[in-house]
Amino acid sequence: MLYGYAGKILKIDLSSGKHSIENTPQKLAEEYLGGRGFVARLLYDMIEPGIDPLGPKNVVVIATGPLSGHLLPGSGKTHFGALSPATGGYGDSNLGGHFGPNLKYAGYDCLILTGAADRLSTLVIDNDKIEIFAEDKLQGRGAIEAEKDLKDRLGEEFQILTIGPAGENRVVYACISHDFGRQAGRTGVAAVLGSKNIKAIAVRGSGNIPVFNPKAAQKKGEEMYKVCFSKPGFKTWTPYGTASITGWANEVGAFPTRNFQTSYADFHHKINGQAIIDRLLVTDKGCFGCPTPCGKYGYTKTAVGSAYVEGPEYESIATLGGSCCLEEIEEVAYANYVCDQLGLDTISAGVVVSFAIECFEKGVLSAEDAGREISFGSLEDVVYLLEKIAAREGIGAILADGVKTAAAAFEGGSEKYAIHVKGLEWSGYECRNAPGMMLSYMTADVGAHHNRSWALGYDVSQSDADVSELIEAGAGGPMEISSPDGKVDHVISMQHSRPLYDTLGICRLQTMEIGFETIHYEEVFELIAGRKITWQEMLFISERIWQLTRQFNVKHIEGFGRSWDYPPERFMEEPVASGPNKGRFIERKILDNMLDEYYEKRGWDENGVPKPETLAYFRLV
Amino acid sequence: MKLKVKEEQCSGCNVCRVVCTLQNFGAVQPSQALLRIKGRFPEPGTYQIAYCNQCGDCADACPEDAIKEKNGEYNIDYDLCTQCLLCVDSCPLEVMVVTEAGYPAKCTGCGKCVKLCPRQAVLADRDARGS
Repeated sequence: MLYGYAGKILKIDLSSGKHSIENTPQKLAEEYLGGRGFVARLLYDMIEPGIDPLGPKNVVVIATGPLSGHLLPGSGKTHFGALSPATGGYGDSNLGGHFGPNLKYAGYDCLILTGAADRLSTLVIDNDKIEIFAEDKLQGRGAIEAEKDLKDRLGEEFQILTIGPAGENRVVYACISHDFGRQAGRTGVAAVLGSKNIKAIAVRGSGNIPVFNPKAAQKKGEEMYKVCFSKPGFKTWTPYGTASITGWANEVGAFPTRNFQTSYADFHHKINGQAIIDRLLVTDKGCFGCPTPCGKYGYTKTAVGSAYVEGPEYESIATLGGSCCLEEIEEVAYANYVCDQLGLDTISAGVVVSFAIECFEKGVLSAEDAGREISFGSLEDVVYLLEKIAAREGIGAILADGVKTAAAAFEGGSEKYAIHVKGLEWSGYECRNAPGMMLSYMTADVGAHHNRSWALGYDVSQSDADVSELIEAGAGGPMEISSPDGKVDHVISMQHSRPLYDTLGICRLQTMEIGFETIHYEEVFELIAGRKITWQEMLFISERIWQLTRQFNVKHIEGFGRSWDYPPERFMEEPVASGPNKGRFIERKILDNMLDEYYEKRGWDENGVPKPETLAYFRLV
Repeated sequence: MKLKVKEEQCSGCNVCRVVCTLQNFGAVQPSQALLRIKGRFPEPGTYQIAYCNQCGDCADACPEDAIKEKNGEYNIDYDLCTQCLLCVDSCPLEVMVVTEAGYPAKCTGCGKCVKLCPRQAVLADRDARGS
């Protein structure tokens, strides 16, 4: 028996409506653990080269990890993946909430969707009963609205994923929504669901997950919570959640502002964690198993509209607040709400909107092109553009394909400030004085996402301090130039450790933010799964997955290689306009040297392609 | 231990429900938990916690007198239980469950939910007898 796992994989062919159930292969569990590992391996094996990411041959994999749903901190995570319509390569994303644990309680470690339904549908997984029904009445409805409708119809105990109009209209950065404010935001997996005519997936799980030694696992789980309670960050970080880093990001000159023209916003104190508490907060909202709820559920009132909304968390503050220059927390929260209802990833959406506004400011776009005059700092303009994008109307039809595609369409030199890597928009950390973080974005398998490696703390402090310690220490004076020396090793190490949480099906924030020790996961894994595997051995599996996703990109993206690993020219040529890093940028030759070292240490050739011996070493061929 | 709650403290994490089923049934199975949490979203954005307040309705409904009060807590004597499940039907808060073996189960006052709640949303009612 595969202890710790639900033990089954549910595969549904949406074209025929038929499903099959198979045992979770022991070899897959041993070599890839779960979550991101299952997503990467199954997508690699199932997707043929040359297919349309938004056609029926794409595959969506939704996977839990061996620790999902158990008694331990942060066990509520679920991983999603598909061939990304944003990058044409490996795409995945992750969310918390309660879906994954309930998928396991229903009996499934993993859900695989192939084909496409012939009309908009909801998939209901009620333990062993699988049903797909037409969902015409939810067509065009907001993601949160649709979730509420389904909760009312199906019952409170169902956990529901929805897409909004953006997913239905195949915006390449559409997100999957869940639990009234949790999103699998990145890489456009929701657009793939939209292309498969899946508006929602509901699951009810009433069963249990087999545990090797339930008594000992319970005792260890209880101890893990108590360790979390004892961390200083439990009390100092939790009230503000991820927004707690807003001030620090400005102090160290890493806060994307005005479409990344600068890295400091003088209004940052108005859109930080304290502002959320003072002006929005209704309740803290946690994911399944979470001792440190970063969800800040609140109510926002603006001249444009009012709404209940979860967030904004840091990334939304950075992209909608900083990059679009919304200077009041109520405005950031309302733009966040609009994204949530439309089903748009707040990170990409914020960067796309700020890109469009800069294009207008620089004369690349006219008022006629944009449909009206648009400017930084205007909530009305931000909402206007978000709605156009979700509907693929007017300028939105171009912006819906992301900044890389839009810059190619707009021309006029706009590619220099189309802030992305591999076609995925940059998330909330400006890097012109952070070579480690820059390399993290450049080499992340999905494109410019911080989830794979967050080396910014190391760039600033040269230490492995957790986030609550970094915030406590502050910038410590003027920012000195951060050296690239030693950064490659740090980035590689983080690219194994950080995604490992997505592989195990747990939240990384207890470790990254408040310093929870990884030894506990190793110990609880043995009690739950009945086999010993060290954290180091798990990191080796994470490295195997890293090699596989790189090879996935080689397999699926024509001409993939080194040229896909560079940041926009703005970061290599244009000095930061203001703030602690004013005047700085990182020359291309420095990045070239870092890439050379990175490829060599990865076992890739000079074009960034894994060598045959590397693939053999990780048993990928 | 008799429970009380502060719903405004709850973040909906369900840790109480997972530890409840491990402690009482040796299983990770929140659907069998002896307390429930309902999120009220998108508005007003609050949580409701349904928990056993030791009201005794289950004891009143039991035709075999198998549910007995001691120090303010009601517990099931499984030697007397005939599995009629009238107690489960009678629970006004719907926080009793039926086990796989077909027996009723109710909150035993073990207090694990209190000890592990990260938010102090589930608490021991120190004013109650037997706490």
